[in-house]
Amino acid sequence: MDYILGVIAVICIETIATVGLAVFTGFTGLFSLGHAAFMAIGAYTAAILTYFYNAPFILALIAGMIMSGLISIILGFPTLRAKLRGDYFAIATLGFGEAIRVILENMSITQGARGLPGIKHYTTLPVAIFFAVLVLWLTKNFIWSKYGRNAIAVREDAVAAEMAGIDLFKVRMLSLIYSAMCAGLAGGLFAHYLNFIQPVMFTSILSTRLTSAVVAGGMGSITGPVIAVALFIAVPELLRVANMWRLVAYGLILVLIMIYRPSGIMGYHELSFEAIKNLLRWISRGKTAGRKEM
Amino acid sequence: MALIELKNVTKVFGGIVAVKNVSFSVEKDEIIGLIGPNGAGKTTIFNLITGVYDATEGKIIFQGRDITGENPVTIVKSGIARTFQNIRLFNKLSVLENIRTVLFRKADYNLANALLRTPKVVRIEKKLCDKSLEFLEVVGLTDYINNRADSLPYGLQRKLEIARALALEPKLLLLDEPAAGMNPDECLDLIELITRIKKEYNLTIIMIEHHMDVVMELCPRIVVINFGEKLMEGSKEEVQNDPRVLKAYLGEEYSYA
Repeated sequence: MDYILGVIAVICIETIATVGLAVFTGFTGLFSLGHAAFMAIGAYTAAILTYFYNAPFILALIAGMIMSGLISIILGFPTLRAKLRGDYFAIATLGFGEAIRVILENMSITQGARGLPGIKHYTTLPVAIFFAVLVLWLTKNFIWSKYGRNAIAVREDAVAAEMAGIDLFKVRMLSLIYSAMCAGLAGGLFAHYLNFIQPVMFTSILSTRLTSAVVAGGMGSITGPVIAVALFIAVPELLRVANMWRLVAYGLILVLIMIYRPSGIMGYHELSFEAIKNLLRWISRGKTAGRKEM
Repeated sequence: MALIELKNVTKVFGGIVAVKNVSFSVEKDEIIGLIGPNGAGKTTIFNLITGVYDATEGKIIFQGRDITGENPVTIVKSGIARTFQNIRLFNKLSVLENIRTVLFRKADYNLANALLRTPKVVRIEKKLCDKSLEFLEVVGLTDYINNRADSLPYGLQRKLEIARALALEPKLLLLDEPAAGMNPDECLDLIELITRIKKEYNLTIIMIEHHMDVVMELCPRIVVINFGEKLMEGSKEEVQNDPRVLKAYLGEEYSYA
């Protein structure tokens, strides 16, 4: 039971980072291969504060978010100002992600590659759920406001958006900062959940997983990426008995999504109670239709 | 004083002179046609006015202010809106959201309010929604408000683009081939729409168009561009009877015939 609850907590934590990234990648249309770095920054900032300075947990989390946000400005200013797009921006973030990891491995306060053991266990399951729900709610509000609409406009047609008076740099920067702060929060929670962090936990593998969850979940959906994250974490866990096949399952999920849901699990839609009701109605109608044929 | 004035504007891309020493001015409440063969540099002129490109030489004066080299966002704010030759809508957004998006400057709530979705946000969003409906009503798209923009038929997409430009409340509206791909009936409809919005919103319009019947119907004054240069400027009768224009459109041989 503890184990299942543990998996749920991890899903909640990664949901926070993924939902933030959904704003940046799904809604603003820029790909990042370095968001694990923002999780690392949040994790280390928060952990160092509680570990060395006995700071209260909530303040440490906030500090981690702010630190991630500030560093995202350093990344975003040159890249977004120069209007780097698509692959070029993704490569810049890939380099950024690796650079942050190498820096963490070589700083003394982070204890280098050995990592920080013995971080206090503050992130219980209710805490993780609370923050996941909070971030989901805030993100939904963000997307449904003028800020979210501007981001979607920039994704849909940057030229038309600019001709409508939308400042591309500001919109992209805001999305980047938002996603970095979410990743920072996820990192802080992660550190106080595992009680141990080391730089190697935040490699490009984690970045790729976050981005692929957004793409697989649906570019332009908040709930889609959450489902994808849950799948990406839960399925390999279920297959722990067949250890060899875990990564294959991960690949298989991606391939199946690409074939059957090319625009992501939820596409551009959101999962709502209304949608579930419609789905159930559709399934039951399908059944009766099948019976008639028989 | 002219609302907008182009003074000896030149734009060079590498070795290619796309626009060469073009000057013309448009008075307030005027509607002028910008015509010329394909590749003459008409759209480039629009891109120069809206700040997509910086002019290599020359000046663009709008309402007495030099806007040459300003960024597109500032230029839009000062009151110039445009539509595009190849329709550029926010495809995955609904018709209503397409308009509501560009009304963002009227939404005076801040990020904190937006994140917490305070009653103020709900109230302002509702107001923007009503405002968007007004613009959609003008172009006759109220039946489609919840359709996705890319699901609209071509002619309606053009109208939505015009509505979106109107929502920016411009003083000068630049229409880039609004009648492209339209049949004669749709053209008549468009002529009526342009006349109506011009009056209702006190617009000054510059229109690029290849459908000569539309141009002749709407524009008392026409500027003809050929190979990046201004060939001539005058009333529609003058343009219709000018041998240089015929030559530019139909080639050398015709003018001797």
